Amino acid sequence: MIEWVGAIVQGTLLGGLYALFAAGLSLIFGVMRLVNIAHGDFIVLSAYLGLSTTLIIGFHPFLALLVVIPVMAGLGYGLQRGVLNRTLGNDILPPLLVTFGLSVIIQNALLEGYSADPQKLNGGAIETASLSLGGLAIGVLPLLTFAIAVAVIAGLQWVFYRTSMGRGFRAVSDNQEIAQLMGLNKAHVFGLAMALALGVSAIAGVLLGVRTSFDPSIGGGRLIFGFEAVIIGGLGNLWGTLVGGVILGVAQTLGAKIDPGWQLLSGHIAFLIVLAIRPNGLFPRVDH
Amino acid sequence: MSAAFVTRSTPASRTAAVLGGVALVLLVAAPWWAGRADMRLMGEIYLYMSLACLWNLMSGYAGLVSVGQQAFVGFGGYMLFALTIFGGFHPIAAIIVAGGLGAVLSIPVAALIFRLRGAYFAIGTWVIAEVFRLSFAQVSALGGGSGSSLPVGIIKSLAASRSGREALSYWLALGAAVVVIAAVYLFLRSRRGLALTAIRDSEVAASGLGINIWRTKLEVYVVTSAFTAIIGGLIFLQKLRISPDAAFSVNDWTAFVIFIVVIGGIGTIEGPIIGTIIFFALRETMADFGTIYLMILGLVAIVVMLKAPKGVWGLIRNRFDLEFFPVSYRVQNKPPEKGS
Repeated sequence: MIEWVGAIVQGTLLGGLYALFAAGLSLIFGVMRLVNIAHGDFIVLSAYLGLSTTLIIGFHPFLALLVVIPVMAGLGYGLQRGVLNRTLGNDILPPLLVTFGLSVIIQNALLEGYSADPQKLNGGAIETASLSLGGLAIGVLPLLTFAIAVAVIAGLQWVFYRTSMGRGFRAVSDNQEIAQLMGLNKAHVFGLAMALALGVSAIAGVLLGVRTSFDPSIGGGRLIFGFEAVIIGGLGNLWGTLVGGVILGVAQTLGAKIDPGWQLLSGHIAFLIVLAIRPNGLFPRVDH
Repeated sequence: MSAAFVTRSTPASRTAAVLGGVALVLLVAAPWWAGRADMRLMGEIYLYMSLACLWNLMSGYAGLVSVGQQAFVGFGGYMLFALTIFGGFHPIAAIIVAGGLGAVLSIPVAALIFRLRGAYFAIGTWVIAEVFRLSFAQVSALGGGSGSSLPVGIIKSLAASRSGREALSYWLALGAAVVVIAAVYLFLRSRRGLALTAIRDSEVAASGLGINIWRTKLEVYVVTSAFTAIIGGLIFLQKLRISPDAAFSVNDWTAFVIFIVVIGGIGTIEGPIIGTIIFFALRETMADFGTIYLMILGLVAIVVMLKAPKGVWGLIRNRFDLEFFPVSYRVQNKPPEKGS
């Protein structure tokens, strides 16, 4: 019995990581209706940037975030202004295919630069530290990851609803033309949104790298987890995305408990069940 | 006095038909003039051309952008193995049945993922492909995660000699490409094809004209899935070995196909054919560069999408007003008859 409770707790904490994968995806879809197929590859790229930072400067992976977040945010802004803004319009094909091309480029650039060997970020003592709670051992790292996920989502909510940048996001999301008339530069606003999204991906990538080993090919899988969390939680609802991540994580750990081969499959099945009975997700945003 | 009339064929399309017919005769005769390695390569080209034409029909015309067609490629491959090994089917019969099963399976899949819009539909198709991959990896009778090989007896049932088998496998691939291209062409010339073209150009306008968009898209999805499963069966009949990772590879069966269609020209019949030729020309000259080659391919696709969204064929068509597969209508003036 306690094992099952343990699996549910593990899954819940894993869900925090999935929510971090999903938050960036959800943010840019909300602001500019763009689905970034390369999102998972940006997460993996962040993990590799973290690796290089720890190896070159000798920083702890968490300290490496001071380098990785600004680099990814800058990359996001540049990419949005230089490439992705040109793909936005009524046709869904250009953004999809361009980000798909980016995904292949990033994946192969990482293969070229770092080889296909699995890598890991060395987090030191925190990786094995655990808290004992009523017979359950809870890892400090998963707990910290979950706490960071909650903080990031709270932070994004605050940015969205309490800052002038967030007002810009909401304005272009509601109506791009009128937002332009009100003096917003939509190209710049989209650039900021992508910078923020990739900044969050940077956090997700480094936490992923400390938690497990990674190689250049795993980006697609991370995109799918993030996407499933978004759809389960309901489009446009960041707290829903966290719940979606938790449901996905719990489904995976419970599946793994039954049979290790069922871990990923049961996550996907949970997603398909939600899609079948609640196509708009569990907590869709209510438009006022 | 000259009378205007409406026609679909043009001098270019009639010339293309004649040249295409001659080329087809030459290609059918390939087992008598081409080497073993060349035939293998050409077989692969035909199968990629078929996948590209099918993906183009679905994504370029019906607007169902999928990054999960490897689901049906792998399904077709696995059905070939399962039906021949456990069902005692002849391989060709197994491949045709695989197409039928692919069609049946695609209906519940569509019922689920058609709930997702646009780009989310694309990722939904990828999830389905992952579900297929993980499920087939659980089937220990088919080798589980490590896969299995086609037994020798089944391979021999195709033809007694090795050269006979290679020729048959080549003709099957060529036949599949011809059938797929002809089917796409005839479909687009038909009444339903007209509806589909209308949907491609504007969904709102098309539904205003009384076209049932959901139903038209579903039909395209089911037909594409069935053909894709058949092509998958043929691919793994050439490879003779299957594993979940090879069968449901997003790079091999979707990324390359998307690049082919985008570079050749999405939303045209000629585009995927030209794209396949460009893709293989690049691959044969640059494949030694491995990852760099793939990065260049990705870059070319991005540049094409941004600068020339209708691809290489779109550039040619705009420049010369050509159409090798005439699906549009043209008004022409009949020259005045002599002696009148």
